[in-house]
Amino acid sequence: MNKVNITIDGIKLYVPENYTILEAAKEVNITIPTLCFLKDVNEVGCCRMCIVEVKGAKALQAACVHPVSEGMEVFTHTPRVMKARKTNLELILSNHNSRCQTCTRSWMDCELQSLANKLSVETVRFEGEQKKLPLDIGVSIVRDPNKCILCRRCVSACKNIQTVAVIDAVNRGFDTKIAAPFDVSLADTPCVNCGQCINYCPVGALHEKNDIDKVWQAIHDPEKHVVVQTAPAVRVALGEDFEMPIGTPVTGKMVTALRMLGFDKVFDTDTGADLTIMEEGAELIDRIRDEGKLPLITSCSPGWIKFCEHNFPDMLDNLSSCKSPHQMFGAILKSYYAKKEGIDPDNIFVVSIMPCTAKKFEAARPEMNVDGRPDVDVVLTTRELGKMIYDVGIDFPDLGDSSFDDPFGNASGAGVIFGTTGGVMEAALRTVADLLTGSSADNIEYEEVRGLEGIKVATLEIADLKLRAAVAHGLGNARKLMEAIRAGEEFHFVEIMACPGGCINGGGQPLQLSDVRNWIDVREERAKGLYKEDRKTYIRKSHNNPAVKKLYKEYLGMAGGSKAHKLLHTHYHARPNYEK
Amino acid sequence: MIKSIADIAEIRAKKHADMMIRLDKNAQPTAEGGRMHVMVCGGTGCTSSNSMKIIDNLEELIRINKLQDEIKVVKTGCFGLCAEGPIVMIYPDHIMYTTVQPEDVKEIFESHILNGEPVKRLLAGDKTAEEITNALDNVDFFSRQMRVALRNCGAINPECIDEYIARDGYLALQKVITEMDPEDVIDTIKASQIRGRGGAGFPTGVKWSFAAAQQVAQKYVCCNADEGDPGAFMDRSVLEGDPHSVIEAMAIAGYAIGANQGYVYVRAEYPIAVERLSIAIEQAKEYGLLGKDILGTGFDFNLEIRLGAGAFVCGEETALMTSVEGKRGEPRPRPPFPAVKGLFGQPTILNNVETYANIPMIILNGPEWFSSIGTEKSKGTKVFAVGGKINNTGLVEIPMGTTLREIIYDIGGGIPNGKEFKAAQTGGPSGGCIPASELDTPIDYESLIALGSMMGSGGLIVMDEDTCMVDLARFFLEFTVDESCGKCPPCRIGTKRMLEIVTRITEGKGTLEDLDKLEELAESIKDAALCGLGQTAPNPVLSTMKYFRDEYIAHVVDKKCPAGVCKSMVKYIIDNDACKHCSICKKNCPVQCISGDKNTPFSIDQDKCVKCGLCMEKCPFKAILKNA
Repeated sequence: MNKVNITIDGIKLYVPENYTILEAAKEVNITIPTLCFLKDVNEVGCCRMCIVEVKGAKALQAACVHPVSEGMEVFTHTPRVMKARKTNLELILSNHNSRCQTCTRSWMDCELQSLANKLSVETVRFEGEQKKLPLDIGVSIVRDPNKCILCRRCVSACKNIQTVAVIDAVNRGFDTKIAAPFDVSLADTPCVNCGQCINYCPVGALHEKNDIDKVWQAIHDPEKHVVVQTAPAVRVALGEDFEMPIGTPVTGKMVTALRMLGFDKVFDTDTGADLTIMEEGAELIDRIRDEGKLPLITSCSPGWIKFCEHNFPDMLDNLSSCKSPHQMFGAILKSYYAKKEGIDPDNIFVVSIMPCTAKKFEAARPEMNVDGRPDVDVVLTTRELGKMIYDVGIDFPDLGDSSFDDPFGNASGAGVIFGTTGGVMEAALRTVADLLTGSSADNIEYEEVRGLEGIKVATLEIADLKLRAAVAHGLGNARKLMEAIRAGEEFHFVEIMACPGGCINGGGQPLQLSDVRNWIDVREERAKGLYKEDRKTYIRKSHNNPAVKKLYKEYLGMAGGSKAHKLLHTHYHARPNYEK
Repeated sequence: MIKSIADIAEIRAKKHADMMIRLDKNAQPTAEGGRMHVMVCGGTGCTSSNSMKIIDNLEELIRINKLQDEIKVVKTGCFGLCAEGPIVMIYPDHIMYTTVQPEDVKEIFESHILNGEPVKRLLAGDKTAEEITNALDNVDFFSRQMRVALRNCGAINPECIDEYIARDGYLALQKVITEMDPEDVIDTIKASQIRGRGGAGFPTGVKWSFAAAQQVAQKYVCCNADEGDPGAFMDRSVLEGDPHSVIEAMAIAGYAIGANQGYVYVRAEYPIAVERLSIAIEQAKEYGLLGKDILGTGFDFNLEIRLGAGAFVCGEETALMTSVEGKRGEPRPRPPFPAVKGLFGQPTILNNVETYANIPMIILNGPEWFSSIGTEKSKGTKVFAVGGKINNTGLVEIPMGTTLREIIYDIGGGIPNGKEFKAAQTGGPSGGCIPASELDTPIDYESLIALGSMMGSGGLIVMDEDTCMVDLARFFLEFTVDESCGKCPPCRIGTKRMLEIVTRITEGKGTLEDLDKLEELAESIKDAALCGLGQTAPNPVLSTMKYFRDEYIAHVVDKKCPAGVCKSMVKYIIDNDACKHCSICKKNCPVQCISGDKNTPFSIDQDKCVKCGLCMEKCPFKAILKNA
């Protein structure tokens, strides 16, 4: 990379020519304030907070998108710059619903509030008309256009990264708003509820549908046996809500906290993941042996499932018929567990703590029940769990560790890595390899499918089979991979997760704001946490999980058998785009 | 299909002979050209004043009298004198008629066409003059102009490519692709010192050289015909009157920068321009002057039209390109500049219609000819759409450096009804107001910027003493607020807040603090907005505050609108000394707020009055006064 000489506030620098002014300023320890900028997601220069003076340019320039060039002289805090930034921020605030006390982003998660504080905006001098638009409340996602500052991060995430493209700017000037086509509710669009828009929103314009009250109600109902299960990705992110370093595993503290909240039993969705591997592994081996529909594509990610139903309806047969781990586990809790413990399944209330907003939609799908009973009653996001812990006043970081409850206990390491891209693939390979070879492989870390590359392809030699596998994360990558498969590229097994990085970066995870995301890859840190947890486990292969073995022996019979099918499998249907 | 230089030369020579009678009174009529050409303006203005019916009536009379071979009716583009349309021009007599109605056609036909007796009452200029002279040479409106970009408007049938070719059309393209290297073309354009006619006045040759320097296979040439300033219609008129000049220039640009695809972005609300441009593109394709292997040189150039929905912001180059790509028309930050990364991410040049219309003339007459016109830094001519409180509303083209006084008084015929000139607004919503004290400033890019305005695309609105400058600022702000794309807060919210403040002032609710706020907002918006639209949106407020601050003060402090425009501060009262109790005002008042009869004095109920001014207009005794 060629380098150029520039000066920033009089300091001479020699930086790569592909740097923006924002990146160059960071080299001299100046963080220029930004609002719309989100590295690799939204680089549009529209919020005008990062404006700086560039010698020779007439107007102020957006540092986030302005490339450096030889001899450039930049001034980041001249009176002109500071005045324009402050006025700009006041203008944004003048058309923002500032009921901060009741905002989901109050306290520490609002980038706008934090900027106002940093820039010492103590009054808004330019008051005037404010927009008053109706809220869009869906099963998973709530949009509040009156808090929206039109930074377009959600639009970029939805359109460019996920290629779902159900929201964009409509109308113009002061009437501009982010909306779905024809101004319909998100629920009536091909929105997949992935919640990436929420993760990137700098303010409280987007948040998950809050279901905490339903859970308190159940906990406080003496008739109910309230069971909670937690997804793998939750344990490496929940701590962030309590200012612990990104990716810190807090499994033990989390279990302690859940018990303190009043849940009757605390289980690990990883057990469901192990179950999924048993079923999906069997399905894969069946399809390979019987020359069934290939590739087999994973079905754990409900955002991906809805995406496939909208965009690849011709390929639904490729999807594994397995329910996702928490749905499987919910079905087991209301059948096997109910019977074993002698509890009326109608009194069992299953709460899933998920890194995901799409799981709320998934749990509400009519297919997700057994004998009319929903597998899972309420899905809460990691963020919502954080709020419950705050509500009760538990000093989370100071908690001691506890273990998950019996009869399921702790699950396998394979179940843990389900939370990151490549994890389901790796977990499946650990089991399938053993099943196909009839032995127990020692080398179980499949580096080929790890990491953050958008689409990972590997050919693995297992027994006499050359297994072609592909892993995609983020729906834009999923779309590319699916189109390649549609065009004839051959694989045996494909893992797809809707969110970039997988569940660790799900739409329900603790928020990491742009001042973190622009400089640190949050996904990498959280994935490290999961792989660390995996190494710590005694059992690292799903089929070796004793609770799962017992479950098959006592109740389900064979993996892929008829009882398993009734409880643990589902079906899909094509969904039209924009029905109304 | 034209395959060679000889082919096009043959067409040119033949058509030129047919058209000679328009140039030379003593020219020999040709069999196909006929002995008389009746030119009827088919521009948007005259078309709306029924000029197509004039053509129909004329053609019918010609048919009845079996004169089809002798008398030719030619539908042309705009002559420029829109205030007096429809315009009819008769050759070889060089006689121009103005405000011609379809009913007048019979008289013109019988008197002038059949018997050689001009119809005096319809003549352009002095209708009582002894000797009838050539209007183009002797009426100030025309004679003081210099028509380069508008050279063919009103002179040819824009729907006939042969007429364009006859006036040396496509000769510049021929010269460029057969005799010049791309670098020579760019050097020529650079040497002419022509600057962009669409806004900021960037040197065209430099822009082309940036795009030419990009080593990429796919490049684009775009034309900005999204003229959106209120009251401006220069580009529309060129497309309506001389579309081939733009096509030819774009092909030249394509050759110069190494592009073989062009797009003309034109607003759909210009139906006549779109139609004529489409016809012209089709004709150029049929002749092989667009498409593959033009004139057998191996140079390919293809051109397509893209219709815009009329958003003002799509006149901004990056927004225009985003719109051409089929996306929401929003600007994006520069750099990268379009010459490096433009349409579909490829190097692109964008020039406006008027700039292109000049290019063939620069090639044919040489850069020295062009740079000999104008001022030190602004070369050539500029077309202005003159409107507002001026007698000769219309289109004028003058050399750069002409003063505002010459445009308004000499060419424009001054202010109607003997009113005082107050200010002229140039540059549309991005520009500013020029006060009477600056009437003698020579107009060019630099002088207008120095005055707090800008050249813009060439809208020029004249205001007289009855204009309230605060209200004018409000009008332009209303426009920018409406047309803001909504992408950046300074423009989306800032202009809205400015409008709220200015509106407050025009309603008599403003404070001195509001004036400070306005200035502060204006400066920040200029500095912080993403694109040219936002960065210039405060100009009308800033320039009126600069030159007419006393009017703002009058509104804010005295709660008075000196021009008597801002309704909430206007009061109509009856002068009882002058009132003759005729009760006409009472009968005409739409809200019945006037009382009085023979015995009781007339008075206006101020609470009910809607300040429409009808009473004042109707009073025969000037007994109603407007108390500002």
